[in-house]
Amino acid sequence: MRKVLMKGNEAIGAAAIEAGCKYFFGYPITPQSELPEYMARELPKIGGVFLQAESEIAAINMVYGAAGSGVRVMTSSSSPGMALKQEGISYMAGAELPCVIVNIMRGGPGLGGIQPSQTDYFQATRGGGNGDYRLVVLAPADVQELVDLIIEGFDIADQYRNPVMILGDGMIGQMMEPVEFKEPKKRDLPEKDWATTGTEGKRKPNIINSLYLAPEELEKHNIKLQAKYREIKEKEVKVQSYNIEDGDVVIAAYGTTSRIVKTAISQLEREGYKVGLIRPITLWPYPYEEFQKINDECKGILTVEMNNGQMIDDVKIAVEGKYPVYFYGRTGGMVPTPDEIVKKVKEIHGGEI
Amino acid sequence: MTVVFEKTKGLTDVQTHYCPGCTHGIVHRLVGEALEELGVLDKAIGVAPVGCAVLAYNYFNCDMHEAAHGRAPAVATGIKRVRPENFVFTYQGDGDLASIGTAEIVHVAHRGEKISTIFINNAIYGMTGGQMAPTTLIGQKATTAPLGRDEAHSGKPIKMSELLATIDGAKFVERVTVTTPGHVRKAKKAIKECFKLQIEGKGFGIVEVLSTCPTNWGLTPEESLRWLEENMIPYYPLGSFKRPKEDD
Ligand SMILES: Cc1ncc(C[n+]2csc(CCOP(=O)(O)OP(=O)(O)O)c2C)c(N)n1
Ligand code: SF4
Ligand SMILES: [Mg+2]
Repeated sequence: MRKVLMKGNEAIGAAAIEAGCKYFFGYPITPQSELPEYMARELPKIGGVFLQAESEIAAINMVYGAAGSGVRVMTSSSSPGMALKQEGISYMAGAELPCVIVNIMRGGPGLGGIQPSQTDYFQATRGGGNGDYRLVVLAPADVQELVDLIIEGFDIADQYRNPVMILGDGMIGQMMEPVEFKEPKKRDLPEKDWATTGTEGKRKPNIINSLYLAPEELEKHNIKLQAKYREIKEKEVKVQSYNIEDGDVVIAAYGTTSRIVKTAISQLEREGYKVGLIRPITLWPYPYEEFQKINDECKGILTVEMNNGQMIDDVKIAVEGKYPVYFYGRTGGMVPTPDEIVKKVKEIHGGEI
Repeated sequence: MTVVFEKTKGLTDVQTHYCPGCTHGIVHRLVGEALEELGVLDKAIGVAPVGCAVLAYNYFNCDMHEAAHGRAPAVATGIKRVRPENFVFTYQGDGDLASIGTAEIVHVAHRGEKISTIFINNAIYGMTGGQMAPTTLIGQKATTAPLGRDEAHSGKPIKMSELLATIDGAKFVERVTVTTPGHVRKAKKAIKECFKLQIEGKGFGIVEVLSTCPTNWGLTPEESLRWLEENMIPYYPLGSFKRPKEDD
């Protein structure tokens, strides 16, 4: 298929439509508004529905209704709006409803700012809402990967009956890159025979629900959810790594930050340093095992994030104290530069920190 | 033998958990009968609230969703936009609809969503044990208003039917009660008309039902019916606030 030049936010919309999603419920917020705007233009043309909800709370609950009725559906927002959606996300996880949720992150806390950031890592991977649940969290680093993950994300959601979150930052939403729409790998997707479509007098009522008043029932439900999460952990981890068998320092970074890290690594290599990279593509399930492949001589792991250190917790869990773990981050919409990362790597290499 | 009364197919064959004398049960029956009599039971999708009716998904004999507290109208919007050919209704209490879910109900009305809402106003938070609702009457005692609702502190009880009737997209708004057989008949008529509006694709409709909560009012079922008539009806007048116009 021919490549087309697209802005990240619009590419999300195009990829969703490609994946058969005809329904979108959202509320405007910078830096993701091009996505609902795109959907408002495009969905009516294919007999779908775009609806601007009165709030993010309403939008996610519309998604709950639509997903429960058996269709592919999407919503998107940015950090403060994503905070409001947490109630609905928890309900969807509890009721096992598939959907794709996009968070184009901006700086926080509170109203924060509108520039790119990665400050919602905890919220996305630890469950921003109540209860013991997990989202599949996908972190694309470029617009092509964004498109691929959106398309595959709908399949993952349907396969496991679970919400999938695309965690991007303002940079990926705004940048323009050439993309191509490819078929995802074939998956066996189950029938949605649980959906509410009206009984037509032919079957027992279907009920979409997350309430289990009897403790033994609720525990049973949670055990079932945990079994599903275990299966996802076994089958769906995605990670890209580079030179971890050889690197004196290994950097961990995801999303657009990983691209800046790659530039820094090239610069360091020209100067004769050996530096590796682990780039998690799934933030949940996290690629803990990849860190086991790091060479024994490695002097330390540097985590680079656009926040004050959130993924670093997972990196520490992954290395189990085997290597020192360092952090470099910028916040508030400030973006780390390759030079800053180079300097930090040299400090670790030289034993200065 | 001629059958003069049969339980509606609109309800499942299970025992409800409602307290004895609670009018939630009567309203369930009316909704079930209306769904059956209008021939929409097979394509109905209902949305249960958080409140005493949280388990309504076990009682209505049709596809159901259980929504988060106050969000039933948004959930119903998602269902109806995806399945416009289905009949979609919400069943909500006054804490659910008039407090935490005020934005959601106002905006389904505002968008003229083609859904129907049954609104149970019992002037109290039943499920959580008798706390003050936005609909609790002045002077009425609640666990969080131990001396009775004080207007200076909590404002006057909110009149949702009057409020919603001002919104263009709300095409059918009526307040009824179920304290006597006569009132029950009128309530059923209103619910059926409200449902017909959706079947004809005319817009949003709501029936507010003044209801009792003997348990949290601290009254017997019979005293509750009398208390409702003497105290609630004077403040919340019964009747139609809006009907579709000729050109709707
Ligand atoms: C987000 C959230 N807040 C609070 C509650 C606790 N809660 C459950 S039911 C309820 C009040 C229900 O009252 P109402 O809607 O009047 O229904 P009733 O029980 O009187 O029929 C509250 C506050 C909850 N479940 N979820
Ligand atoms: S607590 Fe009140 S509203 Fe709830 S079931 Fe009992 S009587 Fe009915
Ligand atoms: Mg109540």
